[in-house]
Amino acid sequence: MSHIKLELKPEQVAKIKEICKSFNNDPGELINVLHRTQETFGYLPAEVQEVVAAELNIPVAKVYGVVTFYSFFTMLPKGKHPISICTGTACYVRGAEKVLDEFKRILNVKVGETTPDGNFSLNCLRCVGACGLAPVVLIGEKVYGRVSPDGVKDILKEYQEQQ
Amino acid sequence: METVKLTIDNKQVEVPKGTTIYKAAKKLGIDIPVLCYMELHDLGVENKPAGCRICVVEVEGRRNLAPSCSTACIEGMVVKTHTTRVINARRTVMELILSDHPKDCLTCPKSGRCELQDMAIKLGIREIPGQEYAEMSTYRKDFSPSIIRDVDKCIMCRRCETMCNEVQTVGALSAVNRGFMAVVAPAFEQDLEKSPCTYCGQCVAVCPTGALTEVDHTAKVIRAIADPNKTVLVQTAPAVRAALGEEFGLKPGTLVTGKMVAALRQIGFDYIFDTDFAADLTIMEEGTELLDRLTRFLDGDKSVKLPILTSCCPAWVNFFEHNFTDMLDVPSSAKSPQQMFGAIAKSYFAEKLGKKREELVVVSVMPCLAKKYECQRDEFKVDGNPDVDFSITTRELAHLIKEFNINFEELPDEDFDRPLGESTGAAVIFGATGGVIEAAVRTAYEIYTGKSLSKIDFTELRGMEGIRSATIDFNGLPINIGIAHGLGNARKLLEEVRSGKANFHAIEVMACPGGCIGGGGQPLHHGDSSIIKARMEAIYREDAGKPIRKSHENPYIIKLYEEFLGKPMSEKAHHLLHTHYFNKKKDVYIK
Repeated sequence: MSHIKLELKPEQVAKIKEICKSFNNDPGELINVLHRTQETFGYLPAEVQEVVAAELNIPVAKVYGVVTFYSFFTMLPKGKHPISICTGTACYVRGAEKVLDEFKRILNVKVGETTPDGNFSLNCLRCVGACGLAPVVLIGEKVYGRVSPDGVKDILKEYQEQQ
Repeated sequence: METVKLTIDNKQVEVPKGTTIYKAAKKLGIDIPVLCYMELHDLGVENKPAGCRICVVEVEGRRNLAPSCSTACIEGMVVKTHTTRVINARRTVMELILSDHPKDCLTCPKSGRCELQDMAIKLGIREIPGQEYAEMSTYRKDFSPSIIRDVDKCIMCRRCETMCNEVQTVGALSAVNRGFMAVVAPAFEQDLEKSPCTYCGQCVAVCPTGALTEVDHTAKVIRAIADPNKTVLVQTAPAVRAALGEEFGLKPGTLVTGKMVAALRQIGFDYIFDTDFAADLTIMEEGTELLDRLTRFLDGDKSVKLPILTSCCPAWVNFFEHNFTDMLDVPSSAKSPQQMFGAIAKSYFAEKLGKKREELVVVSVMPCLAKKYECQRDEFKVDGNPDVDFSITTRELAHLIKEFNINFEELPDEDFDRPLGESTGAAVIFGATGGVIEAAVRTAYEIYTGKSLSKIDFTELRGMEGIRSATIDFNGLPINIGIAHGLGNARKLLEEVRSGKANFHAIEVMACPGGCIGGGGQPLHHGDSSIIKARMEAIYREDAGKPIRKSHENPYIIKLYEEFLGKPMSEKAHHLLHTHYFNKKKDVYIK
């Protein structure tokens, strides 16, 4: 997995340490620590994982193993507006793939990528538990139901106009 | 102890509660095939991720098949280990594992000793349906100075991960990614060289496939022998002679010292020398250093650091350079026997031959992978010319002997050349855990007390227990000795020392379980720790049979000091035989 090199600022290191401490630096809480850290930083670059490993007193390789195993964790920064398209069974049979293709076409990115302006990132997930609204798209925390390929343009417009 | 009764293949068996089906079957003499599972009984190591599913069995009343390596026996259980359903499942599992496995077996370094290959043969796999749908991973090969990672061949048994994390506590390797891309790798999939890897090679020793292998130097050795302008010297480590025979079908624990020397001579080395000679030299330097530190300590010198830690094991050196950077002045400054040999060969012996050091090639045969890295370290070079040019493993030597078409079993016993081939029993036992410190005690005791030892064997220092300690009476002065083998045990012992809980004068550490006899370069033991025990017995047998058993009585060592070095820890000895250590903690990962 590729990653972006960065130098952490002292206050960022302090923040990671604080998160680890709130879980008593317990190695068993690694996943929770990573969740909270990703919430704070938006992603989990290598440098952040090194601090987590040192605080929990576990090998960096272990932390990296967990980060690469769970698709929720990412080592690449997400866009300002992260787009998640449900491709679970219910959404899929109701045309999620066509919706996804439309997002890819308009934004000109692949799944897992971020637009060059940093505005949108595109990801898939499996079921958000709102199958009645299939196909479902999430942008940030906002849920869009019964999305059709034709409607994608209008949804994106909401965010493009915000700027 | 609570027990349960069950039936396996129509046979009754009673086992302690919690026993797995696999082990209960073993008790009945039923050998259920396993692939990812590994148990090293005497070391308390068990790897059972239940990932491969080769070991499945049918349990009456259970809907799905059960992995026998990790399913506990239950009272009244009825197990069948070879029904049609089981055989079909095993075959399918194997076909799936092979579907995305490279098919270059003919040239794979593990070919012939590959557990995956053996299993494919055992299960009669003749075709691999569905391989057109498999996504082949295309990882780049990772070449470190000692170990090659070719993780396209990784089957995710995770044995290496268990050795690296639980046994050695090195933490260089972890399972990463998922699906077809899942492999075991260092953090951020960087090269092993950038990880805290110590090159102990225990991962290589347990890898069932060609995913982890040693860097092979045999071609370079052959080239050196063929070069008429080079004089090629070979040195053989103590542990090699106790294991090399296994590669030729001899019983574990067979000593093949004489045959090994004969084979090396037939291959064409100009001088067949012994690392044991340098082990005796190590004892002279390290033993003197111990006594020096001890007497200064007893005289109240506060600058003296005790305990003294042995420094013969290069993986252990790498380990403390990564993990105990605050204690870099504690280990003995004595070089390892391999490096002492190289330094003496390319100075003292080169002078004797009237040759320049560049005209000599020193090859070492080691039970070890870390030795390959060690001989490449910059501090062991003079103007870019290394003291030891190539280090090959016991396995590589066996390859060489086979390639040279030598009938090993029929070879006569031959003797090492002199002067660097003469050694004592004290040097031989360097190969087993506790041996270095026992050898040091034999010499230090006699020098310190001025008395001759009535009993040469210090059996209290021997054994397989991971951490041991003993107190030896130096004529009224009690000397506390600690011993650890396996880096996880070393870490525990060192942490006790650091926190001030433990009070030792001297500690011996060997990175590999069992010491060098269980090294990462030895014939593969495939998880059978009785093989390591047999090698250990052989080492002590060799010691007992030696006419001289104390390093300071080796006549050629005495001569070396008279003619060349002066006395132990002299300026010349310091220059040639001692080294220093580096803080490697910051070299790790992202820069």
